[in-house]
Amino acid sequence: MMSAFWVLLKRDLLLALRRRSEIFTVLFFFLIVISLFPLGVGSEDATLKKIAPGVVWIAALLASTLALDRLFANDYLDGTLEQLTLAPQSLSVMVFAKMIAHWLLTGLPLVLIAPLVGLFYHLPSNTIGVMMLVLLLGTPVLSMIGAIAAALTLGLRGGGVLVSLLVLPLYIPVLVYGAGAISASMVEGLSIQPYLLLLSAFMLLALIFSPWATAAALKISLE
Amino acid sequence: MTLEVKNLQCIRGDRELFTDLSFQLEESQLMMLEGQNGSGKTTLLRSLCGLYLQDQGEILWNGISIKKQDEDYRRELLYLGHLNGIKADLTVLENLRFNATLAGKIPSTDKLMQALDTIGLYAFEDFPTSQLSQGQKRRVALARLLISKAKLWILDEPFVALDIAAVELLQSIIANHVDNGGMVILTTHQEVPLTSGKIKRLSLSEEQDNLPSSAK
Repeated sequence: MMSAFWVLLKRDLLLALRRRSEIFTVLFFFLIVISLFPLGVGSEDATLKKIAPGVVWIAALLASTLALDRLFANDYLDGTLEQLTLAPQSLSVMVFAKMIAHWLLTGLPLVLIAPLVGLFYHLPSNTIGVMMLVLLLGTPVLSMIGAIAAALTLGLRGGGVLVSLLVLPLYIPVLVYGAGAISASMVEGLSIQPYLLLLSAFMLLALIFSPWATAAALKISLE
Repeated sequence: MTLEVKNLQCIRGDRELFTDLSFQLEESQLMMLEGQNGSGKTTLLRSLCGLYLQDQGEILWNGISIKKQDEDYRRELLYLGHLNGIKADLTVLENLRFNATLAGKIPSTDKLMQALDTIGLYAFEDFPTSQLSQGQKRRVALARLLISKAKLWILDEPFVALDIAAVELLQSIIANHVDNGGMVILTTHQEVPLTSGKIKRLSLSEEQDNLPSSAK
């Protein structure tokens, strides 16, 4: 079973490497949204520090929905998804491999580029650390929740827009606590621990339910 | 090993595709599924794979419902549909290796190359499949048959896009599988000559039943 898991993970990463533009569109979208805000809102030090947590997270949410409709769509069109569901492995495991690949390609780059964002917004170094940490905890949740919606809308016309409508409201808890942690880290004496614990709880919850829910949704979409 | 279908019924929208369909398939048997376009051949094949849930009836593998055995059944099953199930950005060899590993085998490169050689893709192994012709892509998908250990092959129009030589090759691959105690269900308008084993025929065409109910 594990060999099929690894071979699928490896295949998805290999496919992305052969189509690098898809990784970079997400990353550049994230950077552009983030750099537009100072131009529109003003670049005073205090304003930037105040809006930074929300802007980073909203940009991350939008960037991750951008890549969602590709998660299963290509496999669906060329028939490999059909073969995945017929493989003698649990579909949830296969779906989990795809989610991890998706996060490595769209979530992890956002975490790694976060220090640059910190510089844009004059954030103190410990806040940049916190930002990377919460992005590390939160972006997998985005990929996992997003996968459910992507599976549900598979094969529908205009599925891409529908995915955003379905998924953005579900991202709210991650947005609230993710941005809250970054804000809290800039205030003397506030602990960020509760935020981190809640985000970790979201991640565990998503880890347990999303592969199973996505697999069920895929079976319905394939019918 | 047996595949048994009992009173299968399938309705799509207000159209009854088939109803009360029963048959049994045993080792060394090949079943040709016949019927005009739109008579529900593909739907039946997808139901047999568990991809499509039938409205009524049962599909039993060795006497147990396929819904209950899930992975055990899928290990014995190889399905080739209208879509080839290969990735355009991967090379021929990578595609075959991925498909084989997914089916639970970790094949050696020698064995994969041998299969590609047999299927007529010698020297194409490092080509991205996007550069191949339609027939060659079909061959990449068919190469799975040579590696598979599955007992039950379900093939939906396997001869489409193949040239004469490839059709003959595929006929002999199928006959060989039946010879070795395998089972094959396929939809095609092409005859498959067998050296041993038995051919069954199932026809889905019953003129009146296939019309939308509003037309009756």
